[in-house]
Amino acid sequence: MILEQISVFVENRAGAVADITQTLAEAEIDIKALTLADTGDFGVLRLIVDAPKKALAVLKLAGSVASLTPVVLVSMGNEPGSVAKITRLLADAGISLEYIYAFVAREAGTAYAVLRMEDAAAGEAALSQVGYGGKVKL
Amino acid sequence: MRALQTARLVEQVKHVYANVAPYRKKMQEKGVEPGDIVSIDDLWKLPFVNKDDLRDEYPYGYRAVPQEDCVRIQSTSGTTGRRIVAFYTQADIDLWDECCARAIVAVGGTKEDVVHVCYGYGLFTGGPGLNGGSHRVGSLTLPMSSGNTERQIQFMTDLEATILCCTPSYAAFLAEAIHEAGVIDKIKLKAGIFGAEAWSEEMRRDIEKNLRIKAYDIYGLTETSGPGVSFECEEQTGMHVNEDHFFAEIIDPDTGEVLPEGSKGEIVFTSLTKKGFPLLRYRTRDICVLSRGECSCGRTLVKMAKPMGRTDDMLIIRGVNVFPSQIETVLLNQGYPANYLIVLDRVRHTDIFEVQVEMTDEMFSDEVKFIEKKEDELLSALKSMLGISPSVKLVAPRTIARSEGKAIRVIDKRKI
Repeated sequence: MILEQISVFVENRAGAVADITQTLAEAEIDIKALTLADTGDFGVLRLIVDAPKKALAVLKLAGSVASLTPVVLVSMGNEPGSVAKITRLLADAGISLEYIYAFVAREAGTAYAVLRMEDAAAGEAALSQVGYGGKVKL
Repeated sequence: MRALQTARLVEQVKHVYANVAPYRKKMQEKGVEPGDIVSIDDLWKLPFVNKDDLRDEYPYGYRAVPQEDCVRIQSTSGTTGRRIVAFYTQADIDLWDECCARAIVAVGGTKEDVVHVCYGYGLFTGGPGLNGGSHRVGSLTLPMSSGNTERQIQFMTDLEATILCCTPSYAAFLAEAIHEAGVIDKIKLKAGIFGAEAWSEEMRRDIEKNLRIKAYDIYGLTETSGPGVSFECEEQTGMHVNEDHFFAEIIDPDTGEVLPEGSKGEIVFTSLTKKGFPLLRYRTRDICVLSRGECSCGRTLVKMAKPMGRTDDMLIIRGVNVFPSQIETVLLNQGYPANYLIVLDRVRHTDIFEVQVEMTDEMFSDEVKFIEKKEDELLSALKSMLGISPSVKLVAPRTIARSEGKAIRVIDKRKI
């Protein structure tokens, strides 16, 4: 399924990530997944949260630069080779990935992948055709 | 000297009045005629020329001879809107060479010497100036230009260079590279002539120790011709002004009033002999002191101290003139807020030049490569505007202080 990821600019200084996540904590926003892309002089924090629009609003209010991006979330089950399988499927469909990150939910006993593609809808359709569609409840 | 200066000034004022329309207008507005200038003591009656005047009249307004009589241009660093092009006749080049030759002779240079010039060649005056001076002395000249440190060291050792001409920061850098390469014992240098940027006495001592030379300062600006307006002698206590060609005054930068000898103020130069681009009372914006005491070297030319600062916001970074407003222009053109901070530092004698820019919604993306592309575009726009490359640091929005009134745009941590 397609959901909105929140991306936040992270300045290269100690405490920058702490400040952002503190803002989210104070707004009682639940972080489901998080990854930090870093370069030499700045970073981009990408998060899957329970209330992305609210997260965007509170971060902007706190002075952050942030945006929402549609990404595809799939449940991959829990067996070796899942990531290879879905990325191969996308490649075969001619869809290239901008980035991907994955996380495991222990209670659900499954791993999830978050995929960023230029055309999220096309990516989702391609994955749905081979059984990686449907709603995911985090 | 004063008789010579008087005779040259009287001629020069006539030449400028007849051939430089914008300056003639300035004189008319002030109610001064060439006939009012009968002595060097009348110089104060003449109007000033500013950088802005030259910019407004770019490129030909202050050229005083027909194009067919000009043989060369030089220009200030590549800065749109602030660029100044100076024109030279053959006689102007000759007198410039003469001034630079005096600087080389003052550090002990003779025709036996090998002069290694690694100032940039081209529009920048550093390379052409010292190159011409070295030719005039009759020294063997190595026209190295800047860059390629390995090759610089190779020529310096193979051809046994004895006098080095470059910016002081490059000299310090070269010294380190020479020590790293382990070839200090192959270096035959005895003296260095270093200018185009500010440097401290500590830096002089470091360079002297590390290169085993005597290090001398030289001063000049494109508007007056280039390096060689003034130069240091063996005494190393200020720079003798070539005042038979460039007459120096110290003025109060606020009132324009000429200050007595020994006062601190803005140094103003009048070209007494240049014909192609002869500026009368050009305001350098450099804060300086003149002194006319006896010098142990025997020269009687007036001495100017190392410039102590500026009356405007111009920065000199790695020898290049930078105005904060240029950075602002680039930011606005590229769609950034005009809120920025220039942070300067000097690490191991090299200028560190960072521009901090606030991140915006427009520039942001969840994809790092997109942000980096924007950052690269900004960097290349800054480089083409300034002629040197800063590093860009993206900071969070509203983190650069917006002060009431005059914003702080520059933090200069360099100890000069």
